[in-house]
Amino acid sequence: MGPFVPELISDQMNLIVALLIGIAFGFVLEQAGFSSSRRLAGVFYGYDFTVLRVFFTAAVTAMSGSLLLAYFGYLDLQSVYVNPTWLMPAIVGGVIMGFGFIIGGYCPGTSICAAAIGKIDAMFFVGGGILGVFAFGELYPLYHTFYESTALGPIKVFDSLGISQGLFAFILIAVAVGAFTITTMIEKRANKSSAPSLEFKPLKHKIAGAGIIMLGVVFIFMPSRQAHLTEKVQSASYGASHSVKIISPDELAYRIIDKESSVQVVDMRLPEQFATLALPGSVNVQVKDLFGKELTPILSDRRVVKVVIGQNEDESRTAALLLQELGYENVAMLQGGLENFQHTILIPKIANTGNRWDAGVNIFRSNASTVISKMIADAKNKQPKIAKQEKKIQGGC
Amino acid sequence: MKTKYMNPYLAGFFLGLVLLAAIFITGRGLGASGAIKSIVVATVDGVAPAHAEQSSFYGSYVGAGQDNPLKSWIVFEVAGVLIGGFLSGLISGRLKFVSEGGPRISVKSRWIFAAIGGALFGIGAQFARGCTSGAALTGMAVLSTAGFITMMAIFGSGYMIAYFFRKLWI
Repeated sequence: MGPFVPELISDQMNLIVALLIGIAFGFVLEQAGFSSSRRLAGVFYGYDFTVLRVFFTAAVTAMSGSLLLAYFGYLDLQSVYVNPTWLMPAIVGGVIMGFGFIIGGYCPGTSICAAAIGKIDAMFFVGGGILGVFAFGELYPLYHTFYESTALGPIKVFDSLGISQGLFAFILIAVAVGAFTITTMIEKRANKSSAPSLEFKPLKHKIAGAGIIMLGVVFIFMPSRQAHLTEKVQSASYGASHSVKIISPDELAYRIIDKESSVQVVDMRLPEQFATLALPGSVNVQVKDLFGKELTPILSDRRVVKVVIGQNEDESRTAALLLQELGYENVAMLQGGLENFQHTILIPKIANTGNRWDAGVNIFRSNASTVISKMIADAKNKQPKIAKQEKKIQGGC
Repeated sequence: MKTKYMNPYLAGFFLGLVLLAAIFITGRGLGASGAIKSIVVATVDGVAPAHAEQSSFYGSYVGAGQDNPLKSWIVFEVAGVLIGGFLSGLISGRLKFVSEGGPRISVKSRWIFAAIGGALFGIGAQFARGCTSGAALTGMAVLSTAGFITMMAIFGSGYMIAYFFRKLWI
C-alpha cells in the first residue's frame, strides 16, 4: 500500500525518486508551453487559457487517481501529506503571488523550467525569487506573528464546506469542465486568428468532458472503502459464506499466561473501553486504523495469530471478518468477545459440563483469574501501548 | 525546427499523473519555491552562519543536527525540473537564449518586471507556505483547504489587477 516512504523507500532513495519525478515534471511543463511567459500571462487577458486547462486537468487527474487508488486499497490517504492551512497568511500570500504572476509572467516552477531552455526573463524571475525569499527572511521578525496566525492545521476542503468528499470531487470536476467550456469561447473571441483552442477537435473534447463528469458522478455515490467493506462483512450472506477460526477464552487465557509470542490480541473496542480493561499484550485498534498502513507491521506477520476481540460475539466476528477481507492471514476471534472472557476467566465460571475434565478446568480458571488479573494490574501501571506509529512523511514547499 | 506545444488537456493529464506518482510513491506532491528557499537558507548559512542560527526564520533549518538544506527532496526535484525542461526543449527544438514579453515592452523593462515578479512570488510563497505547484496544485489534488484558498487568491488577485498591467502583455 502506498505511499512507500519511509518503509520501502529510504531517505537516500527518495532523493533519487525526487529527481526522477522532477524530470517528468519539468518535461511535461515545457511540453505544455509553460516555458513561455506570454502564454502563461495569457490566462489573465483572455488570449490563451493554456494555464487554466493544464492546471485544472492536472488537479482533477491527481485527485481522481488518489481517490480511486484509496478506494481500491492501494493508497493510504491518511499517510499523504496535506498542507496545513494558515488562513490569513494563505490569502495574503496568494494575493502577493497574483501580483507576482501578472508582473513577472511566471510562477516559480515554470520559471525554472523556462530558464532551463534559455529564457532570459525567466532567469531574472528566478533571481528575483531568491532575493524575495532573502528579503522575507531578513524582515521575518516584523510579521512573525501574522505568519503564524490563524493556524487551522491540515484541514480538508470538503470538511471546511461541510459536504462529503465525493460530492466535492464532483463539484470540482463540474467547475473545471464548465471553466474549460467558457474559457474556450472567450479565447476564440479575444483571439480570432491564433487561439490555441482553434486546433482542438471538438468531438474528442466533448467525449472527454462527458467522461470525466461521469467519473465525478461515480465519486458522489462511491462510499469510502471503510464504509463499503464494513457493510460487506456485516451482511448475512457474507457471514454465512465466510468463517473465522474461533479461540475459546480458556485457550486464550492459557496462551496469555504462557506469554506466547505467536499471539497478538487485537482489541477492536472503543478507546474508553480499552482504557478500563485491557488484556495483557493487547493493542487497541479502531476500524479506521485498519485502512491505513501504519498497523501493517503488527498485523501482517503470518506466524502470529491475531486474536480479534470485540465487546461481544458479534463485534468480534465482524472485526475478524474485516481483517480477513483486508487480506490479513492467521486471524482468529475470541469466542463471545471480551464479556465472555470476563465471565469465564477473570471471574472464574464453574465448569459444569458433566465430563471428567471439569475439575481440572475449574482449577485452571481460578489460577488464570489470579495470574491474568495481576498481569492486567501491572500493565496498567506502565505506559499504555499505542498501536499507531508516528507519521513521518514531510512535505510542503 | 520549432514544434508545437502539446494539447493542454493531454499535458494536464500527464502532469496529473506525475503528481499522482509523487503522491502515491512518496506521499507528498510537487513543489518549486521550497527549493529557492533552500538555496537562500544554504547561502545565508554559508556566508553568515551565526546570523543564520540566530534568525527565527533560518534558524529552524540550520545548525547542529540539521542536514544541509540543499540535501532535500524539493531541491532534487527542482534539479529534475531543470533537466526535464531542458530535455523537452532539446527534443522540441526550443533551446534558445531569448526573452519574451508583450509587444509594447522593451527587453530591459521586461527583465526588471520579471525580477520584481519573482521577488513578489518568493515573498508570497513564504506566507502561503508554497507556490502555484506546492500550495495550489498539490494542495488541490490532496483536497487541502489551503490549496483551494491559495489558488483562488493567486488567480483572483491576478484577474483583479490584470487591467492595470496590460501594457506588459498586450
